[in-house]
Amino acid sequence: MILIVADHKDGALRKSTLELVSAARALAESLGGEVAGLVIGDSRPADTLAKLVPRVYSVAGDELAEFRAESYTTVVCHVAKEKEAKAILISASRAGLSYSPRVALRLGVPLLEDVIQLEVAGEHVIAKRYSYLSRVTETVRAESLPVVASVKPNTFPAVSAGEGGQVETLAVPLGERDSRVRVGEKSKAIIGRVALEEAAVVVAGGRGVGSAEGFAKLLEPLADVLSAGIGTTRAVVDAGWRPHAEQIGQTGKTIAPNLYLGLGVSGAVQHLSGMNRAKVVVAINKDADAAIFKVADYGIVGDLHAVVPPLIEALKAVKE
Amino acid sequence: MKIITLLKQVPDAEARIRVVDGRVDLEGATLIIDGMDEYGVEEALRLREGGQEAEIVALALGPKRCEEAIRTALALGVDRAVHVETDEPLDPIAQAEVLAKVIAAEQADLVLVGGKQADWDSSALGPAVAEALGWPHSDWTTRLELSGDAVKAVHDSDEGSEVLTLPLPAVITTQQGLNEPRYPTLPNIMKAKRKELRKLSLDDLGGAQAKTVVLKQEMQTRARLNKLLQGDPVEAARELARLLHEEAKVI
Repeated sequence: MILIVADHKDGALRKSTLELVSAARALAESLGGEVAGLVIGDSRPADTLAKLVPRVYSVAGDELAEFRAESYTTVVCHVAKEKEAKAILISASRAGLSYSPRVALRLGVPLLEDVIQLEVAGEHVIAKRYSYLSRVTETVRAESLPVVASVKPNTFPAVSAGEGGQVETLAVPLGERDSRVRVGEKSKAIIGRVALEEAAVVVAGGRGVGSAEGFAKLLEPLADVLSAGIGTTRAVVDAGWRPHAEQIGQTGKTIAPNLYLGLGVSGAVQHLSGMNRAKVVVAINKDADAAIFKVADYGIVGDLHAVVPPLIEALKAVKE
Repeated sequence: MKIITLLKQVPDAEARIRVVDGRVDLEGATLIIDGMDEYGVEEALRLREGGQEAEIVALALGPKRCEEAIRTALALGVDRAVHVETDEPLDPIAQAEVLAKVIAAEQADLVLVGGKQADWDSSALGPAVAEALGWPHSDWTTRLELSGDAVKAVHDSDEGSEVLTLPLPAVITTQQGLNEPRYPTLPNIMKAKRKELRKLSLDDLGGAQAKTVVLKQEMQTRARLNKLLQGDPVEAARELARLLHEEAKVI
């Protein structure tokens, strides 16, 4: 059985879960067995998932409503062992990257981390993933089964249909260790704009934007007309113009939109590693030597204040 | 208290990475202490300077050349170091099992480690070490405060950020913004030469077995059009909108 752990929010499945299903189906074909889903902390998404995979395990409970790396590790390990999973797929969200290594260590099995491709050769699961700040693609073989794999979002296709199945409610005993971390106040990053990792179009601003006001004056109207998410670079976050939640790059978010526009972005390696999977890249920068032009499909060398307003008008016209 | 900072040595971000015969070749590349581990060293030093009595120990697992990263940490102010020297390529899960043995033997209270490693693009080591020790962890930590026998950490989550309170002992992985790492001073660089650097081998720790093996590495290539649009700003802007709609078909 190939076990996928559902990524869900407010009772609904996230797109990343649908991607896990397609990755799991491919593994199930080679390794044998069926695809089963595990929904933790909220029973509502279980019914939706049961329309796509033949079996869903639902483990709810007040102690699980809040994500904690250790409690999720306990639940996943329990179900994986009891139901004899050959592979456990977890979406490589921040939460997923936080607890999947714990699952692998606790079970004493290999971890394939942030994978972009999965296949089977004999009794080995083989994955492709990025390394060296996303400049290298490496092929990695897990030396034994079962395996834990964290799956990079926006990489596998999202399924929309499947043979449905049953939801089975399971009770998993939790220990004192599973709730010893107290989760306190949270602050939500951005409200009112499409989430960066899910946006089809992203407008990113770098140091060349010049100031926080520059973002309000140039980037926000451009993002509005494109219904885009707004991203930024480390330099801008360090300068305090935009919040860290908008940072794209090695220590920020990794995105793979259809269209990325970098305004005043120089193209540091760490930033590129977070957006070079964009389908189309546009760069607008005053500096003709900026590294970003090397990875751009379309580029304009010019002053943002002179280029962006007519660009907004031209895009409005195209959209009509 | 005893604080352990985990160190890794990685290529400088600006270093040109080459692949030879299906493997990354680091010959000639400048290797430096991973920037994210520097936040860990700095945080340990700040906790001590803030009044917490602490012995700070740097711990590294890797080939001989890791000594440079270790010397840097000693020059920054760490008290002593342990180097598990091996040329064996080990994945983060296998590494965590080895490192946990050293950390447990040291009876540490707090472990600081970089949130993401710049060579493997991996954030697994911190959580895996925590699990191997049976400790809680906070990843992508942007603020840390000792509070009796617990530690309060502000960390990045998928939604934004949240405050976690973890009972000690605990593992904390770092994030940009946690602190501003200092530079080594000349007196500290001199002192570093006399600080203890203890060597251990994998055999001393019961051996290790890689759980995953890298079969092949290739440079990532992605052909881009590299079209530079000409004309005055207004013309170029209009042309861009047209191309995005008609040619790229993304709007």
